[in-house]
Amino acid sequence: MKALRNFLDKVKPSFEEGGKFHAFRSVFDGFETFLFVPNTTAKRGSHIHDCIDSKRAMSMVVIALIPALLFGMYNVGFQHYLVHGEEASFWATFLFGFLAVLPKIVVAYAVGLGIEFVVAQWRGEEIQEGFLVSGMLIPLIVPVECPLWILAVATAFAVIFAKEVFGGTGYNIFNVALITRAFLFFAYPVKMSGDAVWVAKDALCGLGSESALLDGVTGATPLGQVSTGATEITNALGSVMSPMDMVMGFYPGSIGETSVIAIGIGAIILLWTGIASWKTMLSVFAGGILTAMMFNSIGANEVMNLPWYEHILLGGFCFGAVFMATDPVTSPRTECGKYIYGFLIGFVAIVIRCLNPGYPEGMMLAILLMNLFAPLIDHCFVQANIKRRLKRANR
Amino acid sequence: MSEVIRIKKGLDINLKGKANEVFSKAQMPDVFSVRPDDFHGIKPKTIVKDGDSVKVGSVLFYDKANPDLKVVSPVSGQVIAVNRGERRKVLDIRIKSDGNFESEPFEKCKPSSMSQEQVKKALLDAGFFAFIKQRPYDVIANPNDAPKAIFISGFDTAPLAPNYDFIMVGREEEFQLGVDALAKLSGAKVHVGINVDNASKLFKLTKGVEIHEFQGPHPAGNVGVQIHHVDPINKGEIVWTVNAQDVAMIGKAFMTGVLSFSRSIVLAGSSVKNPCYCKMVYGASISNIVANNIEGDNVRYISGNPLTGTQIPADGFLGAFDSQVTVIPEGDKNDEFLGWIMPRLKKFSVSRSYFSWLLGSSREYEIDTNVNGGERAFIMSGEYDKVFPMDIYPEFLVKAILARDIDKMEQLGIYEVAPEDFALCEFVCTSKIETQRIVREGLDYLRKELA
Repeated sequence: MKALRNFLDKVKPSFEEGGKFHAFRSVFDGFETFLFVPNTTAKRGSHIHDCIDSKRAMSMVVIALIPALLFGMYNVGFQHYLVHGEEASFWATFLFGFLAVLPKIVVAYAVGLGIEFVVAQWRGEEIQEGFLVSGMLIPLIVPVECPLWILAVATAFAVIFAKEVFGGTGYNIFNVALITRAFLFFAYPVKMSGDAVWVAKDALCGLGSESALLDGVTGATPLGQVSTGATEITNALGSVMSPMDMVMGFYPGSIGETSVIAIGIGAIILLWTGIASWKTMLSVFAGGILTAMMFNSIGANEVMNLPWYEHILLGGFCFGAVFMATDPVTSPRTECGKYIYGFLIGFVAIVIRCLNPGYPEGMMLAILLMNLFAPLIDHCFVQANIKRRLKRANR
Repeated sequence: MSEVIRIKKGLDINLKGKANEVFSKAQMPDVFSVRPDDFHGIKPKTIVKDGDSVKVGSVLFYDKANPDLKVVSPVSGQVIAVNRGERRKVLDIRIKSDGNFESEPFEKCKPSSMSQEQVKKALLDAGFFAFIKQRPYDVIANPNDAPKAIFISGFDTAPLAPNYDFIMVGREEEFQLGVDALAKLSGAKVHVGINVDNASKLFKLTKGVEIHEFQGPHPAGNVGVQIHHVDPINKGEIVWTVNAQDVAMIGKAFMTGVLSFSRSIVLAGSSVKNPCYCKMVYGASISNIVANNIEGDNVRYISGNPLTGTQIPADGFLGAFDSQVTVIPEGDKNDEFLGWIMPRLKKFSVSRSYFSWLLGSSREYEIDTNVNGGERAFIMSGEYDKVFPMDIYPEFLVKAILARDIDKMEQLGIYEVAPEDFALCEFVCTSKIETQRIVREGLDYLRKELA
């Protein structure tokens, strides 16, 4: 490590003001602080500081996403071989999924971090690590057949217009990864929804199956099936799924959203480390379950008739509750506000699912909508505090 | 006695280098320094120059806005320098001690038998008034104000802080006289906050005070927290706060008729070989007490506790309101590889992404001055709330200050807070935001705008 440190110290001057590579200062800075904890010391105020920093907080979220990512890769391969009616070994299956998903991760990070580096250089600031999480979330919430160029456009749109124009990490109103998905959803609806995009059908780099698809393959997501009036949820081959299958997650869907087990591992990591708020997470589920039960008792269409646990297990509900709703920047900043925020996300998500079959995936819209209302929720609690203080003064 | 006030939010940082409860003999240094900046809120008008002879209690400078408010010399001897900085701002006044601590005259009498005006004059002339602080704004009190209460904290919960039970031993009479003087001076109720876990015999024996028992982690010992839970400050109200040792210092003058700015201090921190208590005088050079007592050469000297203190050089001086000198390692040469992902078992964090929360609260940590990360915008939420035991939203208040929104600052409770109350927020902040500086600037801004 000493040699690396010495090398960094040697090349550092050429990245500073007037140096040869000054245009890449932010990039160098980003890598240097990534490799070594900066040696800045407290100059005023508190002389000692907790050793948590935003790099650690963000990397905990990335680590929590890894189970969902790995499972997503395997499931992509699994669905591919399933619809072609072929058997494949575990590693062949995983490798196919890996090759299908990796380009998406690379594109999301390259586009997003590229913009971040340029903006940091332009503003003369340090690189912020917020996109580490967004860049990992984006590939996990798109269908596997989403073309890379569309992903690049959407990522660029989200990073610039949902984040940088507001001032960068910490200032955004909307969750960046969800804006990416919303952009894809509304700008390229054909590539983002319907039955054709959820399963990788073509062979990749010599891997995968070249044979024709089996008959009766649907490839629709479970919620897609229900919203078009299906009474029984089937997997890609048309056999009926049990709740256990839904927990396992071997069905078509966005790359990372299908397995409740993988998401659960992520949730445990986030709650154990305290990076995500249990208040938000818990109340999203509470809101979703209660609302689903309410619609069960009405039961006017197939989605309303979906049992509450299937509402929770299917679609992006778990993924959104664990990884998206808990984003601290776009959540309320008051602790009590988080209960209300979470509950309303769960409520709105199920309402959208049930009342507007055109949007079977209500979670994305619900979280974006509540992002917008988070400051209002905060305002109510802060105003209550202010009123309390005034009352005390007038007593 | 009222019921115990339990403080739940907060954080005790268990640092290495606590002092044993013994006084070590410390030789008084030759050079003393009085820094006008220590007396926040005073606009100094210096009246001494190089070569002037001074006694203990001779006026060094007074407040331009309030000429009665004087800051005096803690030592007798000769002024050797008046150091000035930019725009001729006085940085400090250096005094060479003659070793005799000869005092200006002070009338020995019982404050309870004096009139309010007499007490006020006595305190102003002796320079004691500059040791009374006021809230709002956390500045030196204005002698013309009438406070609604006086608060004295009988314990200090900051990391490595001195144990008041120990340093106040034998000062019952001095403390009582000091309390009498303050009660007479203000005509207001005197409140003393004590820790329910400490004996606090001295404070419990004191007459004419209202005792409040507190329990809980730092910042339970902060006087601001105590005020908030006993008698919170509303807009337009003023509360005075005095350090318990300074109360005894005032009382001692009434008891003996001799001015003395001596106090007990603690020398602590993980870089100190033999952490100990000793008797010092404010403004004294620390060079004697730290000599041959420091481990390592890359260390930081702090006058005060590591959360709120001031960085001073190795031959620096004890601040006017400090009764603690802390020496901890500097963190400027760590070169820690991939620290953001390593387990870092020896590091302390309130975040559960480290393991210190599993290792028990009795484990002592050596924390250096490294900030451990770059400054960011507010990202994580709820961190401040966990260490801020007042009914105030600290993050919203800090944001209102950053926006210089006076209405919002008032509404969110800026009158109740001092920078020290935000020290723990600054410690735990993932985004490494300098909250104490922001709050100080906010208080100064508000005071200027509303003056």
